[in-house]
Amino acid sequence: MTTTALTVDAKDVVKRFKGAVGGPALNGITLSIPKGQLTALVGPDGAGKTTLIRLIAGLMKPDSGSLYTLGIDVAAKPQEVQDLISYMPQRFGLYEDLSVMENLNLYADLHGVPMDERRERFDRMLSMTDMAAFTNRLAGNLSGGMKQKLGLACTLVRSPRLLLLDEPTVGVDPLSRRELWRIVQQLVEEEGLPVIVSTAYMDEAERCKHVIVMTEGQVLAQGTPDELCRPAKGRCFVAYPREGELARTLQARLIDDKRHVLDAVPESGAVRFIQAGGTEPRDLEGILLGARCEATPSRLEDGVMTLLRERATQDGHEDAVETKSSSVQLDTKDSIELIKVRDLVRQFGSFTAVASTSFSVRRGEIFGLLGPNGAGKTTTFRMLCGLLPATSGFLEVAGFNLRTARAPARARIGYVSQKFALYGNLSVTENLTFFGGAYGLGRQELNAQVERALDEFQLREKKDERSGELPGGFKQRLAMATALIHRPEILFLDEPTSGIDPLARRAFWRRITTLAAEGTTIIVTTHFMEEAEYCDRIVIQDAGRLLAIGTPHEVRSQASGAANMNEAFLEIIKKARESRPTGATAVEA
Amino acid sequence: MMQTQSTWLPRNLSHFWRRLRALTIKEFRQLIRDKSNLAIGIFLPIALILLFGYGLSLDIRNAPVAIVLEDGAPMARDVVAGLRGSDYIAPRYVTTMAEAEALMRGRQVDGIVRIPSDFSRQLAQGRGTVQLVVHGTDAATAASLRGYVSAAIDGWNKRRADSAGRVSAAPGVELVDRLWFNSANSSTWYLVPGLIVLIMTLVGGFLTSMVIAREWERGTMEALFVTPVRSLEILLAKIIPYFAVGMGGLTLCLVAARGLFHVPLHGSLWVLMVSSMLYLMVALSLGLLISAAARNQFLASQVAVIITFLPALMLSGFLFDLHNVPTGIQKVASILPATYYVELARMSFLAGDNLNLIVRDWTILVVQFAVLITGARLRTKKTLDR
Repeated sequence: MTTTALTVDAKDVVKRFKGAVGGPALNGITLSIPKGQLTALVGPDGAGKTTLIRLIAGLMKPDSGSLYTLGIDVAAKPQEVQDLISYMPQRFGLYEDLSVMENLNLYADLHGVPMDERRERFDRMLSMTDMAAFTNRLAGNLSGGMKQKLGLACTLVRSPRLLLLDEPTVGVDPLSRRELWRIVQQLVEEEGLPVIVSTAYMDEAERCKHVIVMTEGQVLAQGTPDELCRPAKGRCFVAYPREGELARTLQARLIDDKRHVLDAVPESGAVRFIQAGGTEPRDLEGILLGARCEATPSRLEDGVMTLLRERATQDGHEDAVETKSSSVQLDTKDSIELIKVRDLVRQFGSFTAVASTSFSVRRGEIFGLLGPNGAGKTTTFRMLCGLLPATSGFLEVAGFNLRTARAPARARIGYVSQKFALYGNLSVTENLTFFGGAYGLGRQELNAQVERALDEFQLREKKDERSGELPGGFKQRLAMATALIHRPEILFLDEPTSGIDPLARRAFWRRITTLAAEGTTIIVTTHFMEEAEYCDRIVIQDAGRLLAIGTPHEVRSQASGAANMNEAFLEIIKKARESRPTGATAVEA
Repeated sequence: MMQTQSTWLPRNLSHFWRRLRALTIKEFRQLIRDKSNLAIGIFLPIALILLFGYGLSLDIRNAPVAIVLEDGAPMARDVVAGLRGSDYIAPRYVTTMAEAEALMRGRQVDGIVRIPSDFSRQLAQGRGTVQLVVHGTDAATAASLRGYVSAAIDGWNKRRADSAGRVSAAPGVELVDRLWFNSANSSTWYLVPGLIVLIMTLVGGFLTSMVIAREWERGTMEALFVTPVRSLEILLAKIIPYFAVGMGGLTLCLVAARGLFHVPLHGSLWVLMVSSMLYLMVALSLGLLISAAARNQFLASQVAVIITFLPALMLSGFLFDLHNVPTGIQKVASILPATYYVELARMSFLAGDNLNLIVRDWTILVVQFAVLITGARLRTKKTLDR
């Protein structure tokens, strides 16, 4: 055993999974992560981030190559490494039938934390996670964000020599996300704790000293966030849409021009985009159509997107969204209100999940529901889909009162749930046919719609494959195609982009904006605040109450001085919680 | 397979005990809070005891039997008189066979006893025959009925032989061997020891089959692995609570056996307890092995039912006498731990201790435990590689 200054030292690490199709999960990883710093692993789904972390933790052995964690050959002596490190898997293993305190005590016992140290450590963890009031609550009854915080507290019952976090913030709202990061950063500063974290959020990676970009089992690039900004340097611009034009319309035009534009996202009412190398200003004239354009400094996300896009172009396989000309644009201003909600209330026993909420959604709108975990989003969502009856209030969907005419309303909606809810052992075509049949399509109509869906969602090449074995991006497209097989007027999407990498998210939103432009009404929940910029209007909920409603611009200005949607969101929630007398937060999701 | 000893054998014993204690407390808490566990661990045994004790019985009571007396001689009447006094048979006298057959077809009687017209004459020549026709649709009832009738005739034979000092003239009669140690002729006595086997199998094999799979499914295994915990500790912590539940079930059954059904205990209690503990350890380790191999609760529970519970029910000799089954099935039965435990439990309750049997069966159970727990240990390596 050698003592080295490296936290992780990997040389040509290769890991293949038995029976897996395609290349190895890790294909020759060579890395050295110095001691005592915060390191981020970023990259698309299936890049090998989780596998690498598991290898570092000694949970798997590499097929070839050498891997040292804290100077120990981890393949030969996994237990020695595991005695020293703490690891929080993507799905952290909380025992849901044990209370918060029992979970903490269990992990403290397993790690051999002495009783006297324990009290102080627990106090600190509980106050850091704001959970001191809930120590007797069963872990299963905590909201998603709180579970995640408890998971972190359990991994940190003692000071490890290395902390490994695998996507700790997937499905976690911005508020809990900020709190989790505050805890991690505090530990890094106070204890000099080295941390390796994999994440899909670039703003999280930006907080790290060292960022490793992975793709297809290889390290694409690594360096400080500043260094990784460089590939996009001088190529980032902000374009301001003309009067009367939606930012997302401009964004759609930009991102469709794959030759000249590497990436484009709506942001604060404008569009931020990255030019491809060698693009001249006049190349974009036909797209910008006179929109004002300013250069802007590049960020980590721009650099990573540039690296990934350029790599994908080299390899010649790109998840291109074939979009028909998106010039079709309905005038949404005076079209019909498809969803009307007045004084909607839902109670579970004495707990009010949704309190007196009113809003309406017009045809062709993209309508976003935002809020912390446990805010009542999912409950509102389920009531709108007719999956859950309202306790009181008025609810009309596509002209049908959900109290009296649930079935006809359901025929007009499509629903994509958070989890993959299709039949994994049916093929793509079989799933489409089944759901079409379930929605009552006649045979001819059904065949036509299945054919259309195969083309529209680029599923044809995999049409006979079992859907459970499809790559993530295909699964998501299939889920959408299935929800749209009966051509519903309204599409409900529950956290469709959780745990999805930035490239796939761009493709997803491009599809959504096209659908909206064609007249489909979209209701969507998300934890990515920047995605709210794609919406026509959004609501922000917390503890069952509606805190803000309006266009992204209106909501931003409600939180005066917020530079972006994330800040606006945090500000609005903070203000609302301060004004509430008890300060109690909704915990039950 | 064991690459480094340190991955499972703890070096420091005080750490070992501390972790084992923490994990065991955790398992107990989970066991108590999960209502489905309680249902299987406590309510199911109670339900089974009551069901098997009161509801299910292989005995017949007051089975209607037609008696055709074609021979009116006093000797012939005397033969069937033996049937009348029994609790098991309710005789119905008819005069012609045709009448009896009609009753049988209408399922108004379960059997026919026919004394042919030449019975007295043949008996005088030393070979009197009594015809017994049994309704064969219900094999268990048929077998019992056959047993009772032949017992009754045999009894008559004996009495007659005793009084006359003559060789038995009746056709070959024999007692069914399973009645040997069942002096009250009660199948409850015979079923209760088997019931204990079933309950121990359920708790040991079925409940534990899910516990490791559950940790895999809920993702807790991954978190547990990256702690100083050794896989041996994980296994032991799972065995201890379920061992306690199994012994609780055993106690429940013993109390019911003695208190409710007055089953005698001919052997010594401690032999029965040791046999039960050994079998429980075997069942637990088999459950853990299934769980560790399946990593999926649904699959594990299905496999557990198929390879522990059903064989214990069907093939261990609990319901069907192993002497009467084909050799192939006997071979299967001979590798089932339940077979040996059924044998031991029946011995303890109904026959009394037999040292040879105890030594042989205990040795077999210990060997089976050693093999299975090693398998479970090898299957619970601290790795996500499969």
